[in-house]
Amino acid sequence: MNRFEYARPATLAEAISAGAAEGSVFLAGGTNLMDLMKGGIARPAHLVDISRLPELDRIEHLDDGAVRIGALVRNADLAYDRDFAKRYPSVAEAILSGASAQLRNAATTAGNLLQRTRCAYFFDTASACNKRAPGTGCDARGGENRLHAVLGWSEHCIATHPSDFCVPLVALDAVVEIDGPAGQREVTLEAFHLLPGSTPERETVLVPGEIITGVRLPADAAGFAGHTRYLKVRERTSYAFAVASAAASLRLEGGVIVEARIALGGVALKPWRARAAEASLVGKPADASYFRAAAALALADATPSGGNAFKIELARRIVTRALGLAAAGTPDRVPALPASPFSGAAAHV
Amino acid sequence: MSDITLPARPTHMRMGSSIGQNLTRREGVLKTTGAARFAADNHPAGMVYAAIAGSDVARGRVTSLNVDAARAHPGVIEVMTPANAPPLAMDPDAKLHGFMFRLDLLQNDRVRYHHQPIAVVVAETLEAATEGAALLAPTYEVEPARTDLGADDSFVPAAVGAGHTASESHGDVEGGLDAAVVKMEATYDTPAQYHNAMEPHSIVVEWQGNTLSIDMPTQGFAMTQGRIAGLFGIPAENIAIRSPHLGGGFGSKALGVGPQILGIMAAKLVGRPVKLVLKREQMFGPVGHRAPTRQTLRMGTDGTGHLTALSHHARTATSSFDDFFEPAANSSHSLYASPAIATSHDAVRLDTGTPMFMRAPGEAPGSAALESAIDEMALACGMDPLVFRLANYAEYEPTTGKPFSSKALRECYEQGAARFGWAKRPMEPRQMRDADGMLVGWGMGTAVFPALMFQGQARARLLRDGTGVLEIGAHDMGQGAWTGLAQIAADALGLELDQIEFRSGASHMPDAGIAGGSAHTATAGAAIDGAGADVIGKLADLAMNDARSPLFGAGNAGVIARAGRLYRRDDEARSESYGEILARAGLDDIEGMGTGAGDPVLRSSYAMHAHGAVFAEVKVDPDFGQIRVTRLVGAFAAGTIVNPRMVQSQYYGGMIWGVSFALHEHAVTDKRSGRVMNANFGEYHVSVNADVPSIEAIMVEERDEHVNALGIKGVGEIGITGTVGAIANAVWHATGIRVRSFPITLDRLL
Ligand SMILES: Cc1cc2nc3c(=O)[nH]c(=O)nc-3n(C[C@H](O)[C@H](O)[C@H](O)COP(=O)(O)OP(=O)(O)OC[C@H]3O[C@@H](n4cnc5c(N)ncnc54)[C@H](O)[C@@H]3O)c2cc1C
Ligand code: SF4
Repeated sequence: MNRFEYARPATLAEAISAGAAEGSVFLAGGTNLMDLMKGGIARPAHLVDISRLPELDRIEHLDDGAVRIGALVRNADLAYDRDFAKRYPSVAEAILSGASAQLRNAATTAGNLLQRTRCAYFFDTASACNKRAPGTGCDARGGENRLHAVLGWSEHCIATHPSDFCVPLVALDAVVEIDGPAGQREVTLEAFHLLPGSTPERETVLVPGEIITGVRLPADAAGFAGHTRYLKVRERTSYAFAVASAAASLRLEGGVIVEARIALGGVALKPWRARAAEASLVGKPADASYFRAAAALALADATPSGGNAFKIELARRIVTRALGLAAAGTPDRVPALPASPFSGAAAHV
Repeated sequence: MSDITLPARPTHMRMGSSIGQNLTRREGVLKTTGAARFAADNHPAGMVYAAIAGSDVARGRVTSLNVDAARAHPGVIEVMTPANAPPLAMDPDAKLHGFMFRLDLLQNDRVRYHHQPIAVVVAETLEAATEGAALLAPTYEVEPARTDLGADDSFVPAAVGAGHTASESHGDVEGGLDAAVVKMEATYDTPAQYHNAMEPHSIVVEWQGNTLSIDMPTQGFAMTQGRIAGLFGIPAENIAIRSPHLGGGFGSKALGVGPQILGIMAAKLVGRPVKLVLKREQMFGPVGHRAPTRQTLRMGTDGTGHLTALSHHARTATSSFDDFFEPAANSSHSLYASPAIATSHDAVRLDTGTPMFMRAPGEAPGSAALESAIDEMALACGMDPLVFRLANYAEYEPTTGKPFSSKALRECYEQGAARFGWAKRPMEPRQMRDADGMLVGWGMGTAVFPALMFQGQARARLLRDGTGVLEIGAHDMGQGAWTGLAQIAADALGLELDQIEFRSGASHMPDAGIAGGSAHTATAGAAIDGAGADVIGKLADLAMNDARSPLFGAGNAGVIARAGRLYRRDDEARSESYGEILARAGLDDIEGMGTGAGDPVLRSSYAMHAHGAVFAEVKVDPDFGQIRVTRLVGAFAAGTIVNPRMVQSQYYGGMIWGVSFALHEHAVTDKRSGRVMNANFGEYHVSVNADVPSIEAIMVEERDEHVNALGIKGVGEIGITGTVGAIANAVWHATGIRVRSFPITLDRLL
């Protein structure tokens, strides 16, 4: 039914209670939800418009050196915030590599985290899809699945999480701040998204009525600013989701890696943190052979979920290159073709 | 309404004619300010909205529709299904000629392809109609979908493209291959692609008794009128169609598609004006597409790099219920000199909508394969690809032996190569890198497109106040007909552009013929030129036969028209203005008609084509295989250039389409269900600006005395040909990997 209730609560508390009602869905920028509603994939009974809630659209620099990104901060506003981009350049680069300028102007922080998979069978209501309609099966298996997951998938669902933004965020230990009927809590972004297992319809740890109020980057995340990159391989130069991507951040002392952060995008149903690969680099010189070994570790558990074996090797190479780029140093400005392997001369993005 | 008045603009400073002037689009201000009315912008009083429910399955039968639920939805007026669709005067499955395509007009419960219309919901609002369509919740009896281009039940079609024979053979191909010193054989795949004009197919339609008032984008008034007239059993002249602007057509708006006819049926059913606009996903099925092809090329050369034989076979597909065959192999007919050339086609039937003419039908996929194969053959001969093409330059059309009406291809090669810097190209692949370590490759392709003409008419009128009116039911699909044809009209009337009123874009005007086949400017232009000549001739007769005129008795010396006056050809001191002649004759105006059509004698004596050469630079990431076309240089010779700016845009558009073809576009079909899985612009990729950082189109001088009086060839489609192959060849040159399946995706280069 397209008959839904629409409410625009004035306060966070009202939003939470409205959001707890059966069939309620929050509306932020709408760039994902509206498409899903038009296609009949999402059929909310109550649309709770939080896009104008006060106080959630700020970028706050906290006393302890952390930064809090309000849930409603627009992707473009965040990427173009000078202070933010200076401290977290790979996050800015990831945002600017996603979607189009128009979409980034509308899309919000929380909406980006909660965007749904781009699996074509999920979007096609005539297809079997365990995520959309639990228990119906998964038509992506044995279907058109060139771009599907190679890590963390299950026989119930082989989709990927499409976000670029989340990839450097998870690498930098971002924390998701949540408010809800049972009060406030926080979860690391790494633990926020769930792997499909046998319940691919459950995508995050949120329970009904819970709202994301912000995403926090801890103080130490800015310590990587000099050596942090996002790299995204895609099927056209701009305006395409990642075939696979990687965020890499290093802290170097005297040419030796003292801390490494690595995450992959487009390979799993969540932004994929590669902790073993990170650990392998500590104490090593910033050298390509170690980057290759780390990349191999990052993909050690990868298996094709269909006609997508190429993504495993591709992802390995992306991680290797991303580490190399991070070691070489963050460029002064986000490149004109953000996160692209191509240089941005004459970019036209 | 459709006789829109374009804002006057100052005449360019110029010497000579309007033709050739670099004017900007005369309707540009209307479009950029939103004042231009596209079909769906119309809202006749009392109008309601129709939404199509499309099939979720590719083959089977609709077993139920929840019509009651849809009807019960607030705002829904009526649900049109096979049970209550208004009867038609003609079976939509009848096919009386090759240009009549079978339509899905709710004639029964069969489903023949994904997104086939299975019902139409009419409602007071678009939202109610859309929701009503969703509430129908159809059930189906599903039959297995046929999706395999390689299926073994292929057949040889009676004709391919627009009535060409499916196979042709000239000379001894097998003998030529046997005798060859160097041989190649390779198979190339091109995917199904869907026309996706920015403006989806739409119609706003009102019945007034048994006449029809219609706003719809169309590339052909008379053919569309004729189709509607036949289906509804009313005279064609009862059907008024307005189509002043199209937001692109690419062949899919040529003939009137099923969904537009459904809009007319819906209006009949509810007795109110109806608007029906396709959703983007509904563009992937009922409005045509380019069929996939699998093409095998075999070539042989002698010891000096000259072809001894060329064989080009294309497997293609059509729908289960109608015939259109992408004439891909025919691309090998006219380009390279070979003593033996054979082309052939076969096809399978798939559960898709019927394929249709799509920008450069046959030529686009055919050229992609041929130009790739030529590159492979050049390599096998150890020759530079340009040198090889020059060695096999056709001085006469190879399959017919006819001379070319004009052919400046050699100049295209020269100018394009010089501009691109082709001479510096190393022969071996993987030789060039940029500062970032990207592999750099250079490739080229030859472009060719036939210089066709259809039939068109135009009416010209000169008024006593010295101005003129030119009327023609032509089509501006964004290519610039409002501008280019008006320039021709000004010259035809011997007036400045701001002294004429150019009327176009409606069916009550003389029909300009179909805007397709890159033939519109040539056809409509010839009609306009003829109409101008006719009316000027009549005016001259008035003057020359009137003793009071200074032109009296000019007789065989004749007069010429210029700047609103007639001059005695042998004595330009004797002249008179149009207005003076008409005033003296007591006339308010004088009218002439013109016809544009190819001259049959010249057309059977000469081969007529536009030509070009396209040079591409690509960069490929050596680890990721991600490809970017960093430079494109095309040089094209297409006869008279009516307006360089418009023509350049056509070349650019064609070349960018070529980038899309080479690297991006393809319909992803689920092989089990036959459903199109990427029926939206998020996932059906076309090139974006960042994919085309540098593009140049050189207009090579060419005069053609034979194609038509104005020497105009077509420019709308040629840019695609040559470009696809050039990019594939550049990818090979960058990587050493030959990808024979389009689009070339990064996984093939890892
Ligand atoms: C054509 C296209 C291309 C794209 N390309 C890319 C790309 O390349 N890379 C990329 O990363 N993204 C891409 N995107 C996705 C885009 O980034 C997301 O659509 C966007 O980030 C969603 O944000 P939103 O605010 O519009 O969310 P909405 O659509 O408003 O909401 C999305 C979901 O989040 C929930 N939600 C929103 N806010 C909250 C909150 N505060 N608390 C709890 N729940 C909440 C909503 O209920 C909904 O379920 C693309 C999108 C499109 C349409
Ligand atoms: S991969 Fe996941 S989202 Fe896609 S069809 Fe299968 S269950 Fe649905």
